[in-house]
Parts: sequence; structure tokens; C-alpha cells
Amino acid sequence: MNMVTPPPDIAAISALQSRLVSALSPILPEHALLWQPEDTIPYECDGLAAYRRMPLAVALPETEAQVAQILKICFDMQIPVVPRGSGTGLSGGAMPISQGLVLSLAKLKKIISIDAFTRTAVVQPGVRNLAISEAVAHLGLYYAPDPSSQIACSIGGNVNENSGGVHCLKYGLTLHNVLRVRGVLMNGEIVEFGSLAPDSPGLDLLAIVMGSEGMLAVVTEVTVKLVAKPKLARVIMASFDDIEKGGNAVAAIIAAGIIPAGLEMMDKATTRAVEEFVHAGYDLEAEAILLCESDGTFEEVAEEIARMTKVLEESGASGIKISQDESERLKFWSGRKNAFPAAGRIAADYYCMDGTIPRRHIATLLKRIRGMETKYGLGCLNVFHAGDGNMHPLILFNGADPNEWHRAEEFGTEILEACVELGGTITGEHGVGIEKINSMCVQFGEGERESFWGVKSAFDPAKLLNPDKAIPTLSRCAEYGRMRISGGKLPHPELERF
Amino acid sequence: MTGASMNPAIKDFQEQILNAANHHSVLSIEGSGSKSWYGNANTHTKLDARTYSGILEYQPEELVITACAGTPLKEIKAALKEKNQVLAFEPPHFGEHATFGGAIAAGLAGPGRISAGNFRDFVLGTRIMDGRGQDLSYGGKVMKNVAGYDVSRLLPGSMGTLGLLLEASVKVLPKPAAKATLRAQISQAQALKLLNQWAGQPLPLSASCWIGDNKGGDGELTIRLAGAAAAVKAAIPVMSSLINTNEVDPHIADAFWKDLREQQLDAFTNLASDQTLYRLALPAACGPLNIPNTTNEIVLEWHGQQRWIKAAGDEVTFAAIKQLANAHGGHATRFKQGIRVEPSLQRFTLLSEQAHSRALEIVQTRLRAAFDPGGVFATSRLP
Repeated sequence: MNMVTPPPDIAAISALQSRLVSALSPILPEHALLWQPEDTIPYECDGLAAYRRMPLAVALPETEAQVAQILKICFDMQIPVVPRGSGTGLSGGAMPISQGLVLSLAKLKKIISIDAFTRTAVVQPGVRNLAISEAVAHLGLYYAPDPSSQIACSIGGNVNENSGGVHCLKYGLTLHNVLRVRGVLMNGEIVEFGSLAPDSPGLDLLAIVMGSEGMLAVVTEVTVKLVAKPKLARVIMASFDDIEKGGNAVAAIIAAGIIPAGLEMMDKATTRAVEEFVHAGYDLEAEAILLCESDGTFEEVAEEIARMTKVLEESGASGIKISQDESERLKFWSGRKNAFPAAGRIAADYYCMDGTIPRRHIATLLKRIRGMETKYGLGCLNVFHAGDGNMHPLILFNGADPNEWHRAEEFGTEILEACVELGGTITGEHGVGIEKINSMCVQFGEGERESFWGVKSAFDPAKLLNPDKAIPTLSRCAEYGRMRISGGKLPHPELERF
Repeated sequence: MTGASMNPAIKDFQEQILNAANHHSVLSIEGSGSKSWYGNANTHTKLDARTYSGILEYQPEELVITACAGTPLKEIKAALKEKNQVLAFEPPHFGEHATFGGAIAAGLAGPGRISAGNFRDFVLGTRIMDGRGQDLSYGGKVMKNVAGYDVSRLLPGSMGTLGLLLEASVKVLPKPAAKATLRAQISQAQALKLLNQWAGQPLPLSASCWIGDNKGGDGELTIRLAGAAAAVKAAIPVMSSLINTNEVDPHIADAFWKDLREQQLDAFTNLASDQTLYRLALPAACGPLNIPNTTNEIVLEWHGQQRWIKAAGDEVTFAAIKQLANAHGGHATRFKQGIRVEPSLQRFTLLSEQAHSRALEIVQTRLRAAFDPGGVFATSRLP
């Protein structure tokens, strides 16, 4: 990546590394502190593998007390800290800092308690998202947010990204399903955001910690809400011979007063790629396929499936199939769930975007992406959470060719700028991280960006916790603006140029 | 967002804010004043937020409404009603002319909160003016948005202490297709147990209220079911099989839930002049509480997570109630006060009074300073 970093002073870094390792050794078991390159190399990147950097060291604490001690030591030494969950993030939010520590929460993976009566579970941050639902399944309960990476991603990471998933239109994001977060501030103080009660004294700080990308506090414990498992779920698979009709059908379902449990869309290129992989029986001639799920009691599902079928027919669906049993429902979903690996089969690499737009602009954006495919000479699969307008274009490229990667990045940036222009946002659920930090200059003005630094400083005045992510500095936006003068207009005229 | 295109009302707000900053004076933001009794009292100059009013955008199929903070709440609800949509968390008005902005700043929610979520769960984006007179926008009009810190969701319940709310985009939901209200005479302990059990099952339970004697005995449990017609119909026998319930006439039921939301039931309106109406926010696990020195009558909402009780308005009584709520993992508020109770008393539980939030006091102070470095907004309203 064309990251502009000054040449490292190897001797100085090595001295700093020795000091850090000597300071942390007394409080951590030997196996919980890594600094040899062969041990730290697995931590050089997260799920966004194109961005890599080696840290000074990696700490893997096993208790909250150790987390607090590590942070206090780094605070005193003024060494930046990058928290890390399972490393499945797609925006480089856990990319190390060369002169910093990676703080992995992976060993804090206990489910502390489950309370069926109050429908809550207290878990450590390293617990996998799916592991929570598995642990409470015998009680007829589950944890609702289900990001596609749920088999691997951790609840601590979910809190930091405010993760969604295919069912969040009906059941909400992480924000709506977490009651309390316990964490440690950069200075080593242990605090709790939110509570088991419906609200807490003072400002609602839990709301701002959600999705804060590891920049405000290190999460050490999460109390999640559990919900009753629906008795039944069925999915409708509807085909459309035109993208526009598919997009309009999404709006029509919502306008009819229905909130489906899931409402997902795949374009023709995606359907063809996944069908080869999963053999789900998708209509390969359809320009768009909608998966529309209903869950609840038997009576509710029957009523809702009938209403949704009617709306889809009126919206011009060219074919409709309704799952008849659980195995068929899972088969219909299999393609959607396997879109990423399918992309991996048809191209050497893919670059996953995450913009969100108002639902009514879905067709507009898809058409623009078609144009961009020609412009950049790269293919793109579109598979997304249509119900909440959260798009996941997968740009296909070959990473061995630097020119292709460069074009893929430009392609992605243009998609995000289109999302902002259509009244949406550059990231719906993957976070800004390091990847979209330049796009933050497009989405927000100087005042907002400055206030984000104010929020950051309120929790971490020394700016040591994951400081190079999510919020661009003024000079970074100036630099970005200089690179992207378009149509003779200079973006960000408020900035000083150098 | 600055200068030339600025709306005259917003320009006027900016002048008032800059003027206050220059003269080191403090502004207390107010809408219609319908909730001016809520929160700590102050005598600062009022900033009337009603001048920037109107619905800016409403696309029912997007499930989002965007309106100016000064818009009357009833105007918003009327627009939604026309398209068969609702604010599912049922914000109380507490007055004929309550504004959208005032409802957000107070952050209060009605009976539907237990099933639908809090006000902040529904806020998608906001436009505010900070203490430097800067016009700032956060979040947006889409359901999922993680770009930048979620400043918008800090605003509900912030009581105007962070900035002046100009506009907000809020998620709306379709009106439930069917509703039913059931009533039964059971004890508080039994009600709390049943409500939590039901909440853990796939039943369309949308609201609950138990009113009765806190010293024991049966009281009146009212529950509301809402959702698909078939689901509501199927749930009634399930619930009635456990306790002897009567279905309440729909008009009487609607009036009851509205009066509960607006605190117009007798249990709320008979507050004596030397009494305070205390609000306790408690975890779901909390059983019946023996609250010292209170009247016998108690109102439980949100499956017992919100409780209302009347007692003497003095400091000793509040301290005891706060301690009790704290001990059970919750907190207490002096919600409403009789006219003879000293108005200057602290209404809220402080962060410093709760073990694990002490270190957050400085965070909160710095956060406010980030948006209002000159101390223009009346932060004393919410400690």
C-alpha cells in the first residue's frame, strides 16, 4: 500500500521494544508476551490483509487486571496500543502501529454467566459471536446480531465496530443488543458503560463507545441481551429480470408495513458465481435475486409470508420460491452466506466495500457501479443487506498486479463517494479503520472531524489508544484533498495547503 | 453549512450562542417548556428552540423521518399516523405543545420502551450547534452507519447540555397490525416473575404495567400484545392459561396506555405538595423492593425495570432510595416534585455515587468541554 511513513530508525525501535518487553514481562506469563518477528507476524494485519505493519510486541493478557496493568504501563511510557479481537475486521482497525503494542483480547474467552430469567449473558470480549448463541440455545434463546463472520469474530470486536448482520433490520445492531460494557481506559482505570437497568446516570456514554473502533476504551466484559428464538423461519426467494424492479420491491415491502427478519439481494454476477459453488438452484437468468425472510410464531410467519409474496408479485417478480422446510431455507441462504468464498474462487483477490444508502437509491447505485466496472476494467459482485441499504460490492482484482490493486482502490473510493452523494455513508458496519480514513474527509467537514478528536481526547487525552485509525487529522485531509482535485474544484477550501 | 445559506432561525441561534460566549453568560435551551420541571432547576437565560420548526423529509418506505427540533411532537406523530407508522418507543409529551427536540433532549420513553428500545436506539442522525456556534452534522438517514463516533446517540437524555439540537433523523416503524390489552389481579412478585418468563418466549408482549400496594397483596397487571393479527390472537390463550385475565375494551385500553405514558393516571396525579415522585430504573432481576418511608402505592412499568413511587421530598429520603436502587444495580431520580419541595435539590444520581462510573465523571466533563468549551449551555441541568 502506498502508505507514506518516514524511514524507521531501527536502533531506536529496537531500544523501545526492549524497554517495553522489560516493563511488561513481570506482569505477564512468558507465553503471553510476543516480540520475536516469527511470533508477531500473524498480528501484522487483520481481515484487511492489504494493509500490514509489524508492532513492537503483542500482549495476550488472561485477566482484566493484566489488561489494566498493561495499559497503565503503556500510558506511563507513552507507547500507543492497538486492541485486537479475533482479527476478522475488514477495515484495518487492528493494524499495528510500528512503535506500539498490539493488545490481543483473544485469551479472555470465558462465558461468565447466563441468566435465562433476565435474558442476559455476561461474556469476556474474546468470546465468539456464534458461541454465545450456541451456549444459550438449550434455553430457547439466542444473541441476535449475526455478522457474516460470526463463526470467528469476537463480541469485543462487535462492540467496537457496532456490527450488524443479515437480521439487524428486525433485531437491531450490536448497539441495540448490549446492555453493559466493562472496559479499561488508557490510563488503566476500570469503568462500566451502561448497566443492567434500562438507563444510567449522566450522558449515555455506552452509545458513543459502541462502534468506537478501539479508540476510547479496551473492552473487558460485555453483557448482552438474549432474545427468544423464533419458533419458525421461512424464506422467499424472488427473481427479477431487472435490477430496478428488485430495488423497488425492497422499498415496496417496507412501505407495506412489513419488517422482514432478513432482506438480502444478489446481482446476476454474484448468483452465477455462488451457484457454481453451492448449487442452491438459483435462477441464473435473473438480474437480481431477493431473499426475504419471515420469522416468529407459526401464525405470524404464515401471515407475513402471504403478505410478502403478494408485494413481491405486484413488484414484478419473475419467479418466487418459498422454503418448505429448514433444510431448504438454509439452501436458499447458502449462496448469500458463501458469496465471499465464491468471489475468492473466481478472482485472485477481492476488495469488499461497505457503503450504506437510502433504499430507494439501490438501483441507481448498482447502475453506477456497472459504469465503474468498465471505467476501471475490473469486475464487481454485488451482494448486500438490501433491507437496510447496506451495500457490499466485491471488487475483483489480482493483487499480484500493483496496477490492478491501485485501480481497485480507486474503484472502491468512487463507490464510497457515490454513497455519500446519494445521502448515505462510507461504512455501514465494517468501520473506518485505516482503510476508509481518507473517505472521512469527504463525509465530514472540518468542524465534525475536530469534534471527533474532542471525543477521543475526553477518553484518552494522550491519544495513545489506536490513535491512527478512524478519524483523520486535518493535515491528512489536506493531503488527500490535494490528491483528489476534480473538475477544477479544490475540496476542503477551509484547509491550509502546504 | 456556514454563512450565506444559513436559515434565519439558525443564524439567530448562532448570534445568541456567540453573544453568550462573549459575555460569559449561560443559556438554558427550551422548547415549549412542557418538561421544564424535569432535571435540575436553573435561572439562566432561555434559548427558545421553537423558532426552527417543520418536517424536512419523510419517506415512509425508508422508515425515517427528519425534522427540525422545534417541530411539535404531535405534528410528527400526525404525519406518521397518516402513513400507518409510529415512534415505537412512545415518547411522552407532558404537554400540548411538546417539541421533537425537547423529547430527544429529555430522552424519555413510554410503555413501548421495554419491547421496542430507548429513544437513542432510534436516532440515526442529528444536526447540532455547538457552544462555538458551529453547525455540525452527525450520523445520517440510513439504518447502518459507523462512520465517525456516534455523537447523535449521545444526545437523547443529554438535556441540552452538549449542544443545541437543530434537526434529527429518527427511525420509525410500521404500526402493529393488531393489538390487545389484558388485565389480571395478581401480586407484584407474581407479576414480575410472569413478565420476565413471557419476555423470554416468542410472544408479542409489547408493554406492561402493574399498579398496586407495595407492601404486599394483589394489584392490577395490565399487559399489551402487539404484532401480526394471528400472533396476537394465538398469544391470548397462552397467557390466559396461567392467570385469570380479562380483555380490555380497545378504546379503554388505548386511553389507559396514553394516560400511563403521560402520567395522567391517579397514581401520578395525586402527588402531595411536600412529596416527590421518584423514578427507579432497575435491572430485570430485581424483585419487589421494600422502599423505606414511601406511600404504599407503586407503579411498575417495563416489566418492573421502571418503578414510580411517591415519598417525602427531603434529602434523607432521596438518599435512602438512591442507595436502595444502587444496591440493586440501578439508579433513582427525583422525577417530579410537589410545590413545597425545595426546587434547588439535586434530582439525579451522580456518576460519583456509583462505584464503576466514578472515573467517567472526568470523561463526561471533558466531553462537554469538547462541544462547549466556553460553558454556554446550562450543564447544571444534568450533572
